[in-house]
Amino acid sequence: MTDTAHLQAHATGHDSASHAHTPTGWRRWVFSTNHKDIGLMYLVFTIFTGVVGGLLSGVMRMELQEPGIQIFHGLAGMAYGMDGDAALDAGKHMYNVFTTAHALIMVFFVVMPATMGGFANYFAPLMIGAPDTAFPRINNIAFWLLPPAFILLVISLFVEGVGPGANGAGGGWTIYPPFATTGHPGPAMDFVILSLHIAGISSILGAINLITTIFNMRAPGMTLHKMPLFAWSVLVTAFLLLMALPVLAGAITMLLTDRNLGTAFFKPSEGGDPILFQHLFWFFGHPEVYIMILPGFGIISHIVSTFSRKPIFGYMAMAYAMVAIGLVGFVVWAHHMFTTGLSLDVQRYFVAATMVIAVPTGIKIFSWIATMWGGSITFKSPMLWAVGFIFLFTVGGVTGVVLANAGADRSLHDTYYVVAHFHYVLSLGAVFSIFAAWYYWYPKMFGYMYNETLAKVHFWVMFVGVNLIFFPQHFLGLAGMPRRYIDYPDAFALWNRVSSVGYYITFVAMIVFFYATWEAFKRKRPAGDSPWGVGATTLEWTLSSPPPFHQFTTLPKIESTNAH
Amino acid sequence: MMADMTQYDSAARTSSRNRRTALSGLFIAAGMVGLAYASVPLYQLFCQVTGYGGTTQVAAENPKGIIAREMKVGFDSNVASDLPWKVIAARPVTDKIGAVDTVNFVATNYSDKPVTGHAIFNVSPDKAGVYFNKIECFCFTEQTLQPGETVDMPIVFFIDPELDDNHELATVKEITLSYTFYASDNEGS
Repeated sequence: MTDTAHLQAHATGHDSASHAHTPTGWRRWVFSTNHKDIGLMYLVFTIFTGVVGGLLSGVMRMELQEPGIQIFHGLAGMAYGMDGDAALDAGKHMYNVFTTAHALIMVFFVVMPATMGGFANYFAPLMIGAPDTAFPRINNIAFWLLPPAFILLVISLFVEGVGPGANGAGGGWTIYPPFATTGHPGPAMDFVILSLHIAGISSILGAINLITTIFNMRAPGMTLHKMPLFAWSVLVTAFLLLMALPVLAGAITMLLTDRNLGTAFFKPSEGGDPILFQHLFWFFGHPEVYIMILPGFGIISHIVSTFSRKPIFGYMAMAYAMVAIGLVGFVVWAHHMFTTGLSLDVQRYFVAATMVIAVPTGIKIFSWIATMWGGSITFKSPMLWAVGFIFLFTVGGVTGVVLANAGADRSLHDTYYVVAHFHYVLSLGAVFSIFAAWYYWYPKMFGYMYNETLAKVHFWVMFVGVNLIFFPQHFLGLAGMPRRYIDYPDAFALWNRVSSVGYYITFVAMIVFFYATWEAFKRKRPAGDSPWGVGATTLEWTLSSPPPFHQFTTLPKIESTNAH
Repeated sequence: MMADMTQYDSAARTSSRNRRTALSGLFIAAGMVGLAYASVPLYQLFCQVTGYGGTTQVAAENPKGIIAREMKVGFDSNVASDLPWKVIAARPVTDKIGAVDTVNFVATNYSDKPVTGHAIFNVSPDKAGVYFNKIECFCFTEQTLQPGETVDMPIVFFIDPELDDNHELATVKEITLSYTFYASDNEGS
């Protein structure tokens, strides 16, 4: 036993020796084992993929701006050299391919890498006083698996999907069989499946790394119950990843073997059941939506506390509310399947269980408000984004409670009401938390201060834009407009036009974002170690901005109970 | 890098603890993949036991007698595009619940080759599946039809009188038994 301990100690000794000098040039990034550099690479990757995913939705909004088919038959004509009805049909499929790619990119290559890849990698170790993550090389692998996964997804757009002259997978991010099996004879769906496999492996590795880091590498004195809420949110999210993603991996592997190796998991002709895929998918899919939002919960807690100059209200309740959301999130999946013929009793259970989630979520919302209550609030840009998040997430949460009713869902299932609901919690909720984190931690990550006015302009333009996109979609859904169609009757024209105008406003907001980022890098205003003042109490603000390549060579000691 | 022994020891302890945590993580992930696959037979078992999704039951005879409530049973047939058959569903029957009835589907092979097919079935409303008992059914086995051959395909069934005790089915007056016919010797089966 002493021998092994000695050997491991020896190996560790070598490890730190090779780290002693700072790598430079491309080696610093490609071979990086530094959690901050890897976090930054995740964020840069996310900005790139976010632009791709955002532009895809832009083409969709342009198409839907008016009734009839405006754009996609032309695009199909350019892509395949078709015209007339053939181009029209190919265009309809291409629209579905765009919605599918937009969803998959935003879920797997934007929100997850930004929160659990970028910010969690960069700040979770800093907040718990760790010198790095537990497995720096696994961290490197986890990041570098993502670009190939993204490339596979992009390749899928250019290979045959449903037939000749109809490239790409168009089954939505849910890739239900039989459309994903017999409906897509071409290889596009296989590329999508392999892309998800690799992205999933990346996330599982990242999750194991973060769990190990948070469990074993907290600074002396930092018990779990003194740990900052962002670290809590990352811990809970990592467990969700660890338990949900393998189920997706299993389900899409079955899909892959059904497609290529003659198995019959989901083929009714040979005794399989396509509904089983929906159960497996949503057993992953529902925790997945919490995976996307929980890190945001942690981020918002810190920002609200910092700019209210108060410790977060109800710390323990906030931490365990996230644990509760994570746990209950695993037993509500079939509320996505109310229209698949569940028995009444099963529907009753899933309605009730789903509504239970409103309780811990309410605890979080009210605790944020209670933190602001009586605080000395400054509305700096991160705080604006955080308050915007709370507002938008609450709107999305309330429509979620509406949809949780099986009876209402009969009417609203697969309508734009659902689209509005999940964009309010994700596209506005999760994305606003990402921008909040960006502006909150920007001075820490880069050492420069951005232009506060530009950040505020970005917020207000984006806030108006996204609400204009998605609020009218509630009306469209209630009026019965179904999702995933390229065309619609004239009755839906008004609110679709408003929604498209909202997209253009959001597009302007993104230009402001890029300009603000460029401006900050150009002007190089030094930010100082702790630009947000006394309200920012977590450990990352005790370091320089940007933090040194290796931090906490002497571990910080957490003394009293003021850590969070 | 002249770290002293205590630092080495604590580094070694952390490293082995990290390894343990990571292995537990991998174990959870592998276990969840296993559960995903285990769900396939479990789901089938669950459907058979509970009649979930309209899965019907198989019985040798009706041991539970006949009750006064009547039920109309309708029949429906669909044929997959790769099977060159025409199948005419049986006419609906209305009878007392518990009575054993026999109906015939009529299938014709309109191709010039012998073709083997089999049928997949369920009932609607789904909840009724657990009460729908088949004593004899062409769907239990594969059927081969010679070129141009027309055959009667019998179903002998009864509805379990316990259906009457299920409050969710109190308003149900009609059950539909639906068959989808597939070719048996297509690739990959």
